Amino acid sequence: MQPTFSSSRILLPVRPWFIVFSLFAALLCNLLPTSHWPGIPDWVALVLCFWSVRESRRVGMGWAFILGLAMDVADGAVLGQHCVAYVLLAYVTAAQSRRILWFPLAQQALQILPVLLACQLIQLLMRTLVGADFPGWGYLIGPLVATVLWLPATFLLLLPQYQPVERDENRPL
Amino acid sequence: MAGTDHAPPPFFKRGPAPLALLTFYLALSLALFVIDLRLQSLDLLRQSVALVTDPIQRIAQTPGSLVDNAAAYLRGLHDLLDENARLKQAQLRLAPDLARLEHLASENERLRKLLSVKEREKASGEVARIMYTARDPFTHRIIIDKGQQSGIVAGQPAIDEAGVVGQVTRVFPFSAEITLITDKDQTVPVQVVRSGQRSVVFGLGGGQLELRYLPANADIKEGDLLVTSGLDGIYLPGFPVARVVSIERENSYAFARIRCAPIAAVENFGEVLVLSPRQPQAPRPPDSPGRSGNTGAPSKPGDK
Repeated sequence: MQPTFSSSRILLPVRPWFIVFSLFAALLCNLLPTSHWPGIPDWVALVLCFWSVRESRRVGMGWAFILGLAMDVADGAVLGQHCVAYVLLAYVTAAQSRRILWFPLAQQALQILPVLLACQLIQLLMRTLVGADFPGWGYLIGPLVATVLWLPATFLLLLPQYQPVERDENRPL
Repeated sequence: MAGTDHAPPPFFKRGPAPLALLTFYLALSLALFVIDLRLQSLDLLRQSVALVTDPIQRIAQTPGSLVDNAAAYLRGLHDLLDENARLKQAQLRLAPDLARLEHLASENERLRKLLSVKEREKASGEVARIMYTARDPFTHRIIIDKGQQSGIVAGQPAIDEAGVVGQVTRVFPFSAEITLITDKDQTVPVQVVRSGQRSVVFGLGGGQLELRYLPANADIKEGDLLVTSGLDGIYLPGFPVARVVSIERENSYAFARIRCAPIAAVENFGEVLVLSPRQPQAPRPPDSPGRSGNTGAPSKPGDK
């Protein structure tokens, strides 16, 4: 059976300000005090991943680098830690975007999981290799939660692009 | 991945190839990582980016602090009355000591003058509120609400009402970052109060401290109080740091394994006093061959 391009609902073109707004909102979410709770995903990684899959021409490694730098400074982490992880994330998702979009949403989420997990593992590796404290396995729960959130995130972030369903009785197409 | 590796036809303008971009950004990030870790010379970059992220961070903190304020408001009069009564009792208990403190201090000063010993430095500092814990899960740091504008500089020690909390490691215009003494490999030179033995206490991460480089037969017991020795020129002598929790003596090791618990509420929220930097001390006399040993390594900011 021929696989169908399941996300083929025709969408309006994305508005650039909405991309900037969503990335900014994700940054704000990351800076909330909730980020100390176990299992809270890295919102920036999730949204960056989404736009990198959907609009790899607009949101690429440059954005990833800048957001990574902002996260490093805001976190008080070593500079470059988030940068490396996000840049790699943007590269891999942009390269795989045509393939990922072919799948239905639930399977898309499964494709995203290893990418997000790798993003977290790279940071873990970079820091522990230079002698930082191991933060515990709870650090790796975030990507799992983010994978589940891929479905609602897709719905929310595509909301401004959905066309109103108009049925014209005279033109049944 | 192979799909994007090939060069695009020249009539579609797509900018540099993804692999070239990836190499560029990765090299840049890794360079930042190494320079920040090894040379610590990126403070200017950090501070300029912080000018953008700091306001966002403050906005993000507002809902939390609103909830806290509301909770404090709703906690009720009863609790506050209780607390007030408790504090009054505590004050009364401490009153005799306090009343005689001034007398003792002046007496101490006079005696020190008689003995021609250098006067003790006075502790003064700036009270700062802890805004939040740094989000970096690999370290144990807190952010306070005073920064360069209040004259905070890197290296200043911070204490709370019980003991030493940590040391200022990074300063931003309106905030500063304190590395807790429990952060991995953060060091504080200490002295055992009971025996006067000097050593260095190391953070282990996870709210624990370890007293290292004490010989297996050293005179130390569980429950011993450790205070700052002041040999480093950063911490004033005499502030409580930790209490010995457990001692493992194994014959196969030269040193005893001594675990300690911090005395200050280092992982809790509240307020801290950032002490002013100490007066520079007289330079250390040249080493004589008979006198060598560890007398407490100074923990300069960012010597990790």
